[in-house]
Amino acid sequence: MDEAGGKRGEKTGAAKWYELFSRGARDWLRHDEKIREAVRANLPDIIAGGEVINDGARTVRVPVRMLEHYHFRLRRPEEQQGAGQGKAKPGDVLADPARDQGPGEKGAGGRDEGEMQLLLEFKVDDIVDWLWEEMQLPNLKARTGPSDESDWIREGWDRRGARSRLDRRRSFKELVKRRGAPGASPNFTDEDLRFRQLARRKQPAVHAVVFFMLDVSGSMSDRDRKLAKTFFFWVVQGLRREYRSLDTVFVAHTTEAWEFSEPDFFQVSGTGGTVASTGLLKVREIMDARFNPGRANIYLFYASDGDNSVSDAAEARAALAGIAADTCFTGYVEVSSGLSRQLATETGKLFAELQSSGCAAGSYALNDFDDVWGAVRHFFAAETQVPDAAPAPAAPPAQDSP
Amino acid sequence: MSGSWQDYTRRIEELAAAQGLKFHPVDFEAVPDSFMMEIAVYGLPVRMPHWSFGVRYIYQLIQRHMGHSRLFEVVFPGNPGHAYLAESNGLAENILVTAHVLGHADFSRNNLLFKRCQEQVSERIVEHAANHARQISAAIETHGAQRVEAVLDAALALEQHIDVDVALRRPRYPEYAEDPKALVDDTFRKRFAALEPAAAAVAPEARRRAPVPPHPEKDLLWFLAHYAPELESWERDIFLAVREESFYFYPVFATQIMNEGWASYWHARLLREADFVPQQAYVDAIKCHSDVVRPVAAEQQVALSINPYHLGFVMWEKIVERDGLAAARGIMEQDDDFAFVRNHLTRELAEELDMFRYSARSDGQIKVLEQDLNALHEAVLAPKYNFGAPIVSAVKVRNDGTLELAHDSTVDGRGLDLERSRKVLDYVQRVWRRPIVLTTVNQAGSTLELTAP
Repeated sequence: MDEAGGKRGEKTGAAKWYELFSRGARDWLRHDEKIREAVRANLPDIIAGGEVINDGARTVRVPVRMLEHYHFRLRRPEEQQGAGQGKAKPGDVLADPARDQGPGEKGAGGRDEGEMQLLLEFKVDDIVDWLWEEMQLPNLKARTGPSDESDWIREGWDRRGARSRLDRRRSFKELVKRRGAPGASPNFTDEDLRFRQLARRKQPAVHAVVFFMLDVSGSMSDRDRKLAKTFFFWVVQGLRREYRSLDTVFVAHTTEAWEFSEPDFFQVSGTGGTVASTGLLKVREIMDARFNPGRANIYLFYASDGDNSVSDAAEARAALAGIAADTCFTGYVEVSSGLSRQLATETGKLFAELQSSGCAAGSYALNDFDDVWGAVRHFFAAETQVPDAAPAPAAPPAQDSP
Repeated sequence: MSGSWQDYTRRIEELAAAQGLKFHPVDFEAVPDSFMMEIAVYGLPVRMPHWSFGVRYIYQLIQRHMGHSRLFEVVFPGNPGHAYLAESNGLAENILVTAHVLGHADFSRNNLLFKRCQEQVSERIVEHAANHARQISAAIETHGAQRVEAVLDAALALEQHIDVDVALRRPRYPEYAEDPKALVDDTFRKRFAALEPAAAAVAPEARRRAPVPPHPEKDLLWFLAHYAPELESWERDIFLAVREESFYFYPVFATQIMNEGWASYWHARLLREADFVPQQAYVDAIKCHSDVVRPVAAEQQVALSINPYHLGFVMWEKIVERDGLAAARGIMEQDDDFAFVRNHLTRELAEELDMFRYSARSDGQIKVLEQDLNALHEAVLAPKYNFGAPIVSAVKVRNDGTLELAHDSTVDGRGLDLERSRKVLDYVQRVWRRPIVLTTVNQAGSTLELTAP
């Protein structure tokens, strides 16, 4: 104990440089940075896989291996000799994968150093920014105009106002200016005081509603639902870029429809047939009950394998047309991991009709996780191409407070 | 227990000198554990920055947190030598470590391989490395971190590819091939020239440019530094800095068993002789000694690797017991690990130490093999051949600047790991700036070419 004290005494004065600075940490940070660069370069591929999405959190976790600084090495042979020490006789088997199947042990290559994995956490917002940049996705255009929200914005100064809005710096400047004149009073006068003024400004549309409708009938496999989930996840992120607040509504249907909370939504699996109109009617119902279809920015994305009941065609068509009239965009993504039918399905046809009738709608056949980005790009590019079909309702006059 | 370890340093030094150890003075310094760990990661107290050290640092950090490794001391040879002791060492540990360090200091001053490398690198490697680090920081300022990192990626990837049998500072290859006629007997040539002046005058024109390289070149760092077509001077400096540090590291690497064994032998012996050490400290130090030189971790029956401290320690004890200290000193001066293990790890000793050979299959099965002394020697030494790297030489520069590298698979009997080799070629290509071709063999033993880009 006392020796430690002695040593510390010896070092009084300037601290040694190595106590101030860790080279190891510096080089580790550089390694970390390199990994992040590499991840960023391959981001679309890495996060296309559904596993990385961290439910509820605003981060995405990407497992990565530590970088290796490569050297020339000999090929790892089938059989390698080494020297050891201890009580062992020729013929002894010291490790046998066939015998001791340790849990989680993979056998081959288990002795490699490179096995260590890091879990890097990225902010979803950062990722979305990189992706939009990387894929040159257009920014969505919000429906301008119809906004319920307005806000006070600071604008200009006045000589009168509430005490709380006194701008001291500005007032002092006025005092200094005035004092420059000959014979002026050196004290503050009412003339010098400046008060910040506020004005009511209409905010651009900051609110949107996204309906996610998922077909959970018996023909939708787990993988199909996962594809839909991944797609929906990135759609939400894309829309969040544009709208300050986003409401999400989750509707699942088989031959009937239910609304779900987000965590439950993706766990749902049903049995039986597909009647898309039930889902669409449910969407309609929620839309009318909770939102104002004429004024809110509403999006609908529907994921299904496309096998809608043939007898439902007329009803579904009518419901869809009604919804499409009130939404900014209606998208259909056909998830069919089995065989790709390229939208030649009942539901596919419905949306094709909708699109050809001039509505803001689009469809995409999503068969693989690698293609999630294709789908996202397809919809976001399509959405911006749609001309402002619906004439923006006249903006309500800005309300002035008394 | 009273007093600090410094009080004992002088007396241990005197004792060591009286026992015949010949060493340069050593500066001892106690440093925090975190700094000890960095020295272990970088190999030198101050060294150039590179992200690969960051990876090693994290591994060390994890190891330390799991309690696997503990560093008592690190010593750098030189005149004076520098020894760093961990602040967390107790008095007994520090007494032991001081004696251990003096064993190292004796070894590095007298071992021929150490002496030869040290004469070339200088006895001030610690300062040199710090200078390199400063020089590289300056290069980062001037040329940007990215460009410097690209050069370091290449240079550090080739850090084992030096040729210690050739001088550190060596001249470039001769520009022209030697004139074969010059070898002809001089008297005859003079008389011939006198008879036929016209024929003699032809000779200078026959001078041919020597091919580059004139022979397969093992020292890739040197070769790239001097013959890369568009290397800038600051890039060459980085290559040469890495190379100089490699010349310093080589003897440390190639005499590890001997060196650690020698230091362990001497700390044990000096401690026995040191009657001035308090009883309790002596007991603690002996316990620490036996922890360091035990062959197999306490909880295990067998180890699949050799503890160099233990093997070296036992071998030196046997040699001193059998042939006397003078003979042991002779061996210490002349050998490296290859000679030491092959000549002095006898059958009896191997049996006494329970050493065995094993074969590890890629599916994870590990089986103990028949006893065979020569094969055991080679199994111990195999990781040490050629600085632990495959033998890759520069063999030719083609007219278009393409560099031909060749891996000599006749020595190690198998080809290169292709994935890694490709990555190394990518690093090197960014410095060579022309195509690179590497020949090696595939699994079946037939020739294979890797190219970059």
